[in-house]
Order: sequence, then C-alpha cells, then structure tokens
Amino acid sequence: MATTLQPPQTGAEEERQKPRPHNGNRGGGFGNLVPETGELRAVAEPRGEPARTGIWIALAAIAMSFAALTSALYVREGSGNDWQRIALPPILWFNTLALIASSITLELARRRIAAYMRGRESNPASATLWLNLTMGLGLVFVAGQYFAWLKLRSVGLYLPTNPNSSFFYLLTGVHAVHVLGGLGGLTRVMVKFRISAQAGASNRGLRRSTLDATSYYWHFMGALWIYLLFILWTKI
Amino acid sequence: MPEPATHAAHHAPTGFIRKYVFSLDHKIIGLQYYALALVAVFTGMVLSWIMRIHLVWPNAPIFGLQWLSKAGAPSGVITPEYYLQLMTMHGTLMVFFVLTNAPFAAFGNYFLPIQIGAEDMAFPRFNMMSFWTTFVAFCILVSSFFVGDGPPLSGWTAYAPLSAVGADSGPGEGMGQTLWALSIFVFCIASLLGALNFIATTLDLRTKGMTLSRMPIVTWAWFITSCISLLAFAVLMPACLLLILDRVAGTSFFIPSGLNISDHLQAHQGGSPLLWQHLFWFFGHPEVYIAILPAIGIVSHILINSMRKPMLSQKVLIYCMMAIGFLSYMVWGHHMFLSGMNPFSALVFSFPTLLITIPATILTLIWLGSLYGSNLRITSASLFCLGFISMFVSGGVSGFFLAQPSIDIYLHATYFVVGHFHMVMGVAAIMGVFAGTYFWFPKMTGRMMNETLGKWHFFLTLIGTYCIFMPFHYLGLAGNVRRYSAFTDDYLVPLIPVHKFITVAALLTGAAQLIFLFNLIHSRFKGAPATPNPWEATSLEWSTPSSPPPFDNFGGVHPVVYHDPYQYGVKSSTGDYLMQTSPEGAGAGDGKK
Repeated sequence: MATTLQPPQTGAEEERQKPRPHNGNRGGGFGNLVPETGELRAVAEPRGEPARTGIWIALAAIAMSFAALTSALYVREGSGNDWQRIALPPILWFNTLALIASSITLELARRRIAAYMRGRESNPASATLWLNLTMGLGLVFVAGQYFAWLKLRSVGLYLPTNPNSSFFYLLTGVHAVHVLGGLGGLTRVMVKFRISAQAGASNRGLRRSTLDATSYYWHFMGALWIYLLFILWTKI
Repeated sequence: MPEPATHAAHHAPTGFIRKYVFSLDHKIIGLQYYALALVAVFTGMVLSWIMRIHLVWPNAPIFGLQWLSKAGAPSGVITPEYYLQLMTMHGTLMVFFVLTNAPFAAFGNYFLPIQIGAEDMAFPRFNMMSFWTTFVAFCILVSSFFVGDGPPLSGWTAYAPLSAVGADSGPGEGMGQTLWALSIFVFCIASLLGALNFIATTLDLRTKGMTLSRMPIVTWAWFITSCISLLAFAVLMPACLLLILDRVAGTSFFIPSGLNISDHLQAHQGGSPLLWQHLFWFFGHPEVYIAILPAIGIVSHILINSMRKPMLSQKVLIYCMMAIGFLSYMVWGHHMFLSGMNPFSALVFSFPTLLITIPATILTLIWLGSLYGSNLRITSASLFCLGFISMFVSGGVSGFFLAQPSIDIYLHATYFVVGHFHMVMGVAAIMGVFAGTYFWFPKMTGRMMNETLGKWHFFLTLIGTYCIFMPFHYLGLAGNVRRYSAFTDDYLVPLIPVHKFITVAALLTGAAQLIFLFNLIHSRFKGAPATPNPWEATSLEWSTPSSPPPFDNFGGVHPVVYHDPYQYGVKSSTGDYLMQTSPEGAGAGDGKK
C-alpha cells in the first residue's frame, strides 16, 4: 500500500518569546541570573530532513563557482584583443526547450508522486511515467549538448582554438557535468520510488525531502542554463 | 530531562574497517582529520628545517635528499630550484592540510554535533567521503615528490604564467604542477562537502532548547568558517580547472602572448596572468580567515572555562567573527598591490583591509578586558590560549602596515610579510590547535595529558616561535627578499647572522614539538584517567555519558538544553557553574549582552 508522507512541520510547539526583564550589566558574570518570571524558553523539536537545507547550500556553492567562471570570462575578454564572436549552434535552442520541458515534467511527476504517497492515487504508473519522461528529456539535453560540441568541431572550433570557443566548451561542459549529477539524483529518486511502490517498504522508500532536494537542484540547472545561454548569446 | 531518541542516525558499526577506517561516525572522522593534519604538519616542519639549514649553510649536504631527488639535491646539496620546490610543498601542506584541517575539520567534526546535541552530522556518508577525498588529495600532492622533476616550484600561490606554461618554466613544472593542481581541485571538493555538512548540521540538527544564541562560541566559529569556506572553495575549484586546462588542453586563460621561456616560444595567446591572481586571492584571503576563525572560537571557549566567567560580550564577539567573515571577501586585492593592477584599485582594497582590523581589535580587547581581573586557572590549554592572543596581536599589528599600499611597495615580497602571516596565521592557529588538544583530550580519550610536559611544551614553543618569527620583521625592513634560496647580494650578506639565529631557533622549537608528540601518544595509553568533566565545563560535550562519547554521543537520549553555554560564576549544586543540560536555574537569563 502507499506509504505515508512525513507530516508537515507545523511549528506548533514554538512559543512566542515573552519579553524578559533586563538583567543589567553582567560584567564579571556574578550578576543575578534568575529573572522574576523564571520561565523556560522552549523551542521546537529538532527538525529532521536536512536534505532540503543541504541542497540550498550546495546550490549556493554551485552559483558561486559559475560566478567565478563568469568573471573569468569578462576579464579574459578584456585582457587580450583576440576575442572573436562565434555563431552558436542552433541545436542549443532545442536543448533549452528540452531542459525547460524536463522541469515541467518533473513538477508533474512530483504532484503524482505526492498523490500516490498520500493515498489519493493507487497506481504509481503515472508518476513513474512522468519521472521517466524527465529523465529522458534530461538525457536528450546532454546528448544535444554533445551534438553542439560536434557542430563546433566540424567548423574547426576546438577547446584551445580561441578564447570564445574555450569558454563555450568550458561553460557548457561544466554545466553538463552538473546536469549528469542531477540525472544521478533523479535515478536515485526513481529507485526509491519503486521501493515505495512495493508493499511494505517504509523506511527505505522515497522521502519527501529527497524528492524536494532533487527537484530544486534540477530546476536550478534549468535556470542556470538559461543564464549561461544568455551569456553565450551576448558574449561568446 | 533528556528525551529518548526515536531512532538512531545510523547503526553502530561492527568490524575494524567499518569502525576505524571507513567510519560514518563524526568522532572517528574528526580523529582521522587530526591524524592527517599531524602527518602533514610534521612533513611541513621537516621541509622548513631543510629550507632553513640550506639558507645559512648553502653548501651543506642534507643526508637522504639525494635519494629523493637526484636532480634537485645532487649529493644532498639543494639546488636553488629545489629550494623553491620544497618551499612550495611546505606552504601547500601547511595551509591546506594543516591549517584548514586541524582547527576546522578535525575538532569541528568531532565536537560540533556533540555541542549542539546531535547524534552525528547531517550527512554522515558525505562526511566520510569528505575525509577520504582529503586523503586522496594529500596522496596526490605528496606523490609529486616522487615523479619526474619533483614538486612544483611556483609557491603555494602558483602564479601564472609560471605555473601554467608547463615544463618549460622549470623543474617540477611538468607533472609536478599538474599533480598539485589536481590535488587542490580534489581538496576543494572535499572542503565543499565538509562545509555543506557543517552548515546543514548547525541549522537543522540542534537539540531541544539549543537556539542559535545558546551555541558555544566555538560552534559559531565553525559555522561562520564553513559559510566562508563554502563560497571561497567554490571559486578556487574553477580556478584550478582553468589552470589544468591551460596546462594540458592548450587554452590561454592565464598565459599572455609572446612568452619566450627557455628559448621556447609559447603557443598560448591573449591570456591574463592577473586573472589567476584575482581568482586565487578571492579564495586565498577568505582562506586565511578559515584558518584563524576556528582557533579564535576554540581559544574563546577555553578561556571562558578557565576564567570561570563569560566574556565581556559574547554577542559582540560573535558579531565580530561574522564581520570578519563578511569583510574577508572584500580585501583580496591587498595581496596584489604590486601586481600591475590599477593603482587606484589598491585604495579600494586598502580601505576594507584597514576596516577588517576593527573587528579583530574588538575581539582582542574583549579577550583582554575579560581576562583583566579574572582568576584564570593556569593549565596547558589556557596557557596556549594566552599564547594565541599574544601571537595574534604580534602578528596582526604588522598587518596594519602591509594594508597600506605606500608601505607595501617596499615590504611586499620581503620577510616582513613572511613574518606577518606565520605569526598571525601559522603559529596562532597552531597554538589554538594545541589549546584544543590539551582541553579536549580527556573527552576524546578518557585520559588526561601530562600537565608538566604541556607547560614545558608551551613555554618552549612560545619563546621559540618568537625567536624564529620576530626577526623576520627586521629582516623585511632591511630589504631581505623572500623566496630566495641564498643570500649573496651585498645588502643581504650582513643579515646572515640573523638567519643563523633563526635557523637554530627553528630547529630547537621543532625539537620541542616532540615533547607534545610524546605527551599525546603516551597519555593516550598511560595517561591518568579523566573524570567525565575534568575542567568543570558547561557545554554539551562534557555531558556525554562517557569519555570518549558513545557511538550516538548521548547514549540513546537527546539532551535538552536549558541555558546559554557560559553559566560560570554561578552558585549551583555542582560548584561555580551550571551545565547547559542542567535544569537547575532553568529560565535564568541567557548571556545575551
């Protein structure tokens, strides 16, 4: 049967802090430590599921490294007089559509997974289908990027040819590596969902935080690609 | 009262490999980082001895080196290039594998989860991966000693184009430099994973009652350091990637046109050496704060315990650490005043560099003001804390001078700079590590370290490091250029007696560290058994049911926290302190000033 999701955190145990009396200057630390109201400050139970926090932290680091690459691009453009704009392979636009579509299919998959996990839907096939579509579109994106590279090679633009081509391969390559990582995460989600769909598995099934973290990462890769496409279109 | 844990983060391991080698337990991982840092620091120290001996006795053969490198040390006498190669490895090992590892990864991994009442880090598998990735990076780095021409000679800063053109630019610049870049790239991955773990753990796994303001200062220091680390290493990684591409793929990110090196015209065109410096120092300056902030936290934490009273203002102390972290991203250009960048931008970097001295000074004043009038318990740990403050101030004041471009024009690349960073970052952070070791050894092993040996260790180290590094300032002012393997110029020859004094001091101080090593190992097996809370401390690590703590840190329960971590000078049933987990005096005002 469907496994249940973790109940959402309500924060109901969190009490509002009442104003505490001023303790004066505790200088040497020997002041009176017990205020008149004498109440304990209670806080919420420790939240589990650090995966969601973790993915935002990881995305911050990834954003920072692409910021470094962007600034390297701008400095390199200004440092020499060998900046030669190149024509972007048209397949890039198709790849972009594929990646945006994969974000849409991922969101549809999430909703169907949630419906299944909450017991509103008894057949996991629909969720699995949309997950597979997301994975497929992601693979289409990576393959399309590879074809873009082949196109550049066919006109004689390799990694060291000129700084523009260097940055083209660099930016698309580093992004593609991260997309592959995202595909790895999606695979994990699919495997875990399959376990959830089998009877009885509760602890080893798909956790909501895993699904959320993977989705945030995937959407970030899409947004990052749009940003990189803009950089490529205007600078490369 | 503590509450029963609902489920363990992961099961207790069985078998030697799972328990001590590929361990998910943050305590074992912390000890593994510490052991790695110990190996790295002794390697780095031996390298510095070889350098110092060569500087004052340039023609003396150093026994054994001829087997390590036939070209670099024929008959044991070091060539100038090999001197630079040893110097590069000394710097790389010390900055990355000692100063980033020991105060942050080692102690942080061990104690952060315990101090916030968690069973383990947020991502134990990433934690294990993080250590072993660091270990792999270490192996790659050390392997450069044994390949081809040996390790690179471009310094730990690896400036392009020297580091980017390949084997033409000198011995070790072929395979050695590529291995270096690869090692640092891998190290970045490990550090990013570690920082991620620390941040997620601190934000998400605090136990009941442990608000952010009730975390000990040292926990805050680790948290702030990991935030800095996350963004800094994220910039070094692409920089190393670009360097590797320049070296092996023929790109020209950092290599300008028309370079003729060793009669060989380089094919690269149009790159910017300045770009490497910007990328590297954008990482490199936050890196030095990554090295010192955990030690600041450790020292503050131990001093409060030894003074038996809180600092003048814990809140301001933490805000100062945050300010240092924030400002550290704005000052990187002060390493580049003489690089040829726009001189006006030198002003733009000089201003925040001077600004950053303000929180550092406030920190020092808080320590000194809190110490004044306190009844400090003198132990090895508290002595090293005082030594830290001494070194931090002595090394830090020279920074005021270097922060100003007009003076830096003269002092850049002299021994003045070398003295500055060794004192303020190297020795001070190591003193913090020593303080942490003496303080936390009873918790990690259940035994006490020998106090007499500890005090000998302290005084010999303090006097010794002052003898080594204070004269560096004089040398720098006299014009002694750094990264020279011999002093033959007419303005340098009169300074050689000073160098001889420094070398002797270095060798003696190094020998004194053997006292520490002996103390560490001997006490591990034969030290006096420790009571659960020998320092009468308040933070959560001293409330674990055993020393070393059990597998899940608190023996199947989640502690509940009732106070801020520095309830000292309080009349209680335990003496003059209240542990964080003690419900006694619950609801007492927290130390928020």
